[in-house]
Amino acid sequence: MASDVLRGRTWRLGHDVSTDVLSPGAYAVDPVEIRKLHVLESIIPEFASEVEVGDIIVAGRNFGCGSSRETAAENLKALGVACVVAESLSRLFMRNAIAVGLPALICTGAHIAFDDGDDILVDLAAGRVINTTNGVEIPADPLPEEMRRILASGGILAVLRNQVEA
Amino acid sequence: MVAGVWERVEDGFDTVGMNLAESILARASGRDQVAAGEFVMAEIDLALLHDIFAAQVFDLLGEVGVNGVSDPDRTVVVIDHLVPAPSTAAAAIHQRIREHVSRLDITAFYDAGQGICHQLLPEQGHIRPGDLIVGTDSHTTTYGAFGAGGTGIGTSDMVYALATGNLWFRVPETIRFEMTGELTTGVSWKDVILHLTGRFGADGAQYRAIEFTGSAVTDTDMSSRLTVANMALEMGAKFGLFAADEVTDAYLRDHGGSGCDPFKPDVDATYEAVHEVPLSELQPQISLPHEVDRVSPVGEVEGITINQAFIGSCTNGRIEDLLVAAEILDGHHVAPGVRLLVAPASRTVLGEALDTGVVASLVEAGASILAPGCGPCFGGHGGLLAPGERCIGTHNRNFIGRMGSAEAEIFLASPATVAASALTGKITDPRELS
Repeated sequence: MASDVLRGRTWRLGHDVSTDVLSPGAYAVDPVEIRKLHVLESIIPEFASEVEVGDIIVAGRNFGCGSSRETAAENLKALGVACVVAESLSRLFMRNAIAVGLPALICTGAHIAFDDGDDILVDLAAGRVINTTNGVEIPADPLPEEMRRILASGGILAVLRNQVEA
Repeated sequence: MVAGVWERVEDGFDTVGMNLAESILARASGRDQVAAGEFVMAEIDLALLHDIFAAQVFDLLGEVGVNGVSDPDRTVVVIDHLVPAPSTAAAAIHQRIREHVSRLDITAFYDAGQGICHQLLPEQGHIRPGDLIVGTDSHTTTYGAFGAGGTGIGTSDMVYALATGNLWFRVPETIRFEMTGELTTGVSWKDVILHLTGRFGADGAQYRAIEFTGSAVTDTDMSSRLTVANMALEMGAKFGLFAADEVTDAYLRDHGGSGCDPFKPDVDATYEAVHEVPLSELQPQISLPHEVDRVSPVGEVEGITINQAFIGSCTNGRIEDLLVAAEILDGHHVAPGVRLLVAPASRTVLGEALDTGVVASLVEAGASILAPGCGPCFGGHGGLLAPGERCIGTHNRNFIGRMGSAEAEIFLASPATVAASALTGKITDPRELS
């Protein structure tokens, strides 16, 4: 059962991080165990080896822009990333993140409030992001209940499995 | 109830109109009214899958324990990305798709060589105004040209949609672009959508629907509307919508359908923002590497040399686009060292191009005609770029590394600008050749 309150260490990324960077096309048909090793490699080569379970991405505008490929979100989840917080999220990335069970929250102002490695607390339901390293608190759009219910189930396929078995 | 027509409560106080996106999602979810920000469970009118994701989606469906799709007649499968199969692995994926399609009784199956999904679905009469359409492809927004709510989804959402026939949606806010004035000679609707992307940015319509309205839209042909709706996605849009009118009706009748009633927003519909877009002063536009929203008038970057020119894609691979290119290239030859690649958007388009002499003009000008399909647009095969090379194309994305080397550069422009540039070997404003 996913929690609405998450706490972790931040990785700070820039604007317009595309699906080509999150899920490079060259590994498109490889299994997730291979794909996840190449996440962000064109901008942060050490990301896949150094990211730890529970880490949280804080990004700029238009995170996950580009194609409909769900692997962009799936790869991050497979690496243990607990949540993505961004100034704005590509609609397709947002949709896919919910579908695979990766929380993603829009928070205007988050990008300038964090340094790499800061400690972050995210309350999805309340719409609250806190930099617990320096105490700065930033309001965010609460994640709608409809999306949180899908996340709590573990993603849209888990929702479907429950419906099929019911 | 007729799509988009909602019986109002005429109490003198409380009449709330709906825009196109709200009308589409209200009908699909069986509601009288919905408003931006609401979540709805909506019935899917059409689900589209192409060869990059279809086999995976059908496999997943089985893994979840679902043995069929909820409505095979509302499911369309197209093999268009890896065409003809450039590798044994791609051929094997195509083979699996054919097996799945047969097992699932899906009759709307377009095998390799028939064309690009976003060309075939309109051309073969699958799109109706007011419909809600999902596809495992970001450019599913193309169907907004007909007033249909087309939008991209991922593979897991598609599994859910195929299994249940429904999917959740958030009703988007809508931005309206009021297009006024007339385009001048040499300027096309590709230039308009590139201009809008540059002006409002790659996330200028994030999560939002766009409605393209105004006097300039009324006379626009369906080919241009398809180009604009296709690239609405490059501004982050969920839908890129045109009202259905006489042009829509005529297109549907010409393509085996029975036409359509008008489908328009209610007169008192509300919008998050309305922007006026005057067209009469617009110059030919070009998107510079490596962001679609890095847009400049062509005139300001003229003279940059190119190695490859590409005419095709779901954005600009229709007969109207090929005719424009052929008119510029007819009787001439592309510049030495320039490779001109032309991929008609469908076999029907290729047939029209043969009948009208377009293919002959292009081939005599030095073009290579590729199989109908996505061609080199997404960098999967055929027409890849070496480090340091530059390509100008009529397609919709120029992200770093999209067409081969990450050290190559991609420029996006109209068919006229691409043809003119192929002729001179450098980026050229097409108006200078006439």
